Amino acid sequence: MPKLTVDGKEVIFEEGMTVLQAVEQAGQEVPVFCYHNRLEIAGNCRMCLVEVEGSRKPVASCAMAAGEGMVVHTKTPMVKKAREGVMEFLLINHPLDCPICDQGGECDLQDIAMSYGRGISRYDEPKRAVEQKHMGPLIKTHMTRCIHCTRCVRFLEDVAGVPEMGLVGRGENAEIVTYLDQAVTSEVSGNVLDLCPVGALTSRPYAFRGRPWELTKTPSIDVMDAVGSHIRLDSKGNEVFRILPRVNDDINEEWLSDKARFCMDGLRTQRLDRPYIKVKGKLQPTNWQGALGKAQELLSKTDPDKIGVLAGELVDTETFYTFRHMLDMMGVNHRDCRDPGQHLDHRFRAGYVFNTSIAGIEQADACLIIGGNPRFEAPLVNTRLRKRFLKGDFPIAYLGPEFTPGRDLTYPVQHLGERAKVLEDLLNEKGTFAKTLKKAKKPMLILSASSLKGQDAMKVLALVRQVAETYDLVREGWNGFNVLHNQASRVGGLDMAFVPKGKGYDTQGILTAAEKGKLDVLYLLGFDHPSLKDLPDSVKVIYQGHHGEAGASAADVILPGAAFSEKNATYVNTEGRIQQALAAIAPPGEAREDWRIVKELAGRLSLDLPFETIDELREGMALENPYYQYREVLHQNTWGQFGRKGLLAQDHILGFDEDYYKTNVIARSSLTLAQCAVAGGWEPEDAQQEVTHA
Amino acid sequence: MSVKPLFQNEPFVFSQENQEKIEKLLARYPKDRKVSAILPVLDLAQRQCGGWLPREAMEAVAELLGVTPLYVWEIATFYTMFHLRPTGQHHVQVCRTASCYLRGAGKLTKVCEKKLKIACGQTREDGKFSLEEVECLGACVNAPVVQINDDYYEDLSPEALEDVLEALETDESVKPGSQTRQKLSTAPAGYGAKPEKKGGRRA
Repeated sequence: MPKLTVDGKEVIFEEGMTVLQAVEQAGQEVPVFCYHNRLEIAGNCRMCLVEVEGSRKPVASCAMAAGEGMVVHTKTPMVKKAREGVMEFLLINHPLDCPICDQGGECDLQDIAMSYGRGISRYDEPKRAVEQKHMGPLIKTHMTRCIHCTRCVRFLEDVAGVPEMGLVGRGENAEIVTYLDQAVTSEVSGNVLDLCPVGALTSRPYAFRGRPWELTKTPSIDVMDAVGSHIRLDSKGNEVFRILPRVNDDINEEWLSDKARFCMDGLRTQRLDRPYIKVKGKLQPTNWQGALGKAQELLSKTDPDKIGVLAGELVDTETFYTFRHMLDMMGVNHRDCRDPGQHLDHRFRAGYVFNTSIAGIEQADACLIIGGNPRFEAPLVNTRLRKRFLKGDFPIAYLGPEFTPGRDLTYPVQHLGERAKVLEDLLNEKGTFAKTLKKAKKPMLILSASSLKGQDAMKVLALVRQVAETYDLVREGWNGFNVLHNQASRVGGLDMAFVPKGKGYDTQGILTAAEKGKLDVLYLLGFDHPSLKDLPDSVKVIYQGHHGEAGASAADVILPGAAFSEKNATYVNTEGRIQQALAAIAPPGEAREDWRIVKELAGRLSLDLPFETIDELREGMALENPYYQYREVLHQNTWGQFGRKGLLAQDHILGFDEDYYKTNVIARSSLTLAQCAVAGGWEPEDAQQEVTHA
Repeated sequence: MSVKPLFQNEPFVFSQENQEKIEKLLARYPKDRKVSAILPVLDLAQRQCGGWLPREAMEAVAELLGVTPLYVWEIATFYTMFHLRPTGQHHVQVCRTASCYLRGAGKLTKVCEKKLKIACGQTREDGKFSLEEVECLGACVNAPVVQINDDYYEDLSPEALEDVLEALETDESVKPGSQTRQKLSTAPAGYGAKPEKKGGRRA
């Protein structure tokens, strides 16, 4: 291992490291603006200057490769003077508007100016001012503050894969722009706000709302998709002010999708904050006593075979567990946690999780994407795929419908067709990609759970399993079979076996039966679907959830629950990683944690659930599913004969037709995300009005 | 302030001749590195549009080379020889860097402004002239220098420049290059060492 000396201390560094990394390894701090360890090196801020013996000039350490035997000084008068000089130049055109700047308190420029600057300015001349830029509903610009580090440009080009921002002009006239003030539409654009070391790019929804030191920070888990990104909820009073990513190299690195970052206004609007019951066709506010009494009456008087239970996309695992227990005791078989028409085999865990793991993508050397669109189902899985693609030597094939312009995967793919029939060819080792897969040492495939819909879904699943087995994707030390979910509750629900029992109906079956009046009671656990509008009057609906939408407006009883930011709950991401979210704030009004509502209802129905506290509940979960003892880790999952063998219909298409910004009830209630949907071309301009009703 | 692309309000298509040139240019680079040809292609586009790059041309170049229009805009604003606003039929560029400045470039700028009745950075209303001060044109040996379109006019006195501009105004022919010397940078008669004596210093 090569060595170099930093301030008289010898350190070992790895081949290919830069001087900056070696210096940081030695425990010395180097001030930086443009350097970021997850972005390409630019070397344009010059703040990281150090002295290297043998070089007459100070050296930009971020862009200089570390060499054997280098002698580096970071504290000499020359370094101090050089950094003061750089700082002075940077501040020449930087406005002194910290008191009205949203970055204040968490600003790199502020901090570094305090530690490495001269303290006073010698500059008398007029400062330059830069025209404000429009960059869409998320990014607020104040370009006079920009120091041209180009982190935002590099992020969008390399990580997001959509070069929507650029640096035009040169020298003093250089400016960061989007092409002709177009909105930035990338689904991970919010990360440029974190990357910006100054207040040039700040969050528009959070503008002028708070200072970092006033906010309470709660670690949590994102539920906007099934990636389970680690997030931090910044709250003040009883409101979440903003959502930021936490660094986790296994899942989200330090990025976050826009939907997760900007959903917080959805947590405030259209909330169910007190119980309701329907009296004479109209919902009337009531107390818990009344609502639970009504629910108890409906459930106890109905034949269990006439009850259907549907769970939505944001339900936590504790609620699944409690509810399933209650339903087992009641003998209710019609229950499901999957999308309408969706089929997933819950018997073998390896058959419904992302076995390779998100970090494992970086080791793969060939990838087959089957159905869906990872970019919009799991943006941070897609950035991983792009990261792997940029390292080179990573052939990717895609099976599914052609991408509409602007919705491609941000890396080139070999398009194999859109019909599931192609899988049969692949099974018979036909086509060029078959050879690639055969040759690959660590091949992987990603099957989109959202495309497992319709009659043939189980057959497609079996076919994909066979493909995985044929190409040896599953072997000792490597599992290349992956199911990519797009809803946070799905894996937890399947783990908790919240699926039809015996001859029970699945989601589509329950919906159809209810529409035909074959069911008497429909219990909706945060489940919303447009078809609920058309239910006959004979079907009584109990809605337990946190947002008033299709489900709640069809309800006869509303039991207000807590959103993910308001409860201590367990979520399982698409990898099958069990993660715990903490409550940042209290549920609004009279709303309660969901599992407690179920527990109380069970009590009223004289069903004795064997736990009183959340810890006892979690013990029960861990007893039933042993891997629930260990959080935050990946588990070896059982492989088996999942899916159902059979002939595919000729025209089965692996589709994806979801609106990225509308996949769950919180996102649908968010005005910010509605604006994003319009700016991103997901919806026509006039659609924006609909969301404002509350 | 950055210069935003301006519409020309007519679609841009490369002329037959330029398309052939572009084919030859693209052949120089690997197929997946077409964008390497961006500078010569932009130059062809600028010449075809009469000395400036309208938005249509930049977007056509972007499509041709498989990059975003933003990338083309970045390139076009980085290099000062690309113009994003219409220039005159005669684009006058006065060198103002040290050598020319010391040899009286300031006076040349004043002459231009007075004669053409426009300030630096402007285009005359009839579209015949535009004026600009530029950094070193690389002809310091014959300073001061003025570039008009593709031609250099060197060793200019204010009077000589006035004559050149006058000639251009009336569409007469003018001789580019040095206005005082016989050839290239040879010393004017009576100055300095004689080349034949020193054995061919620079002839």
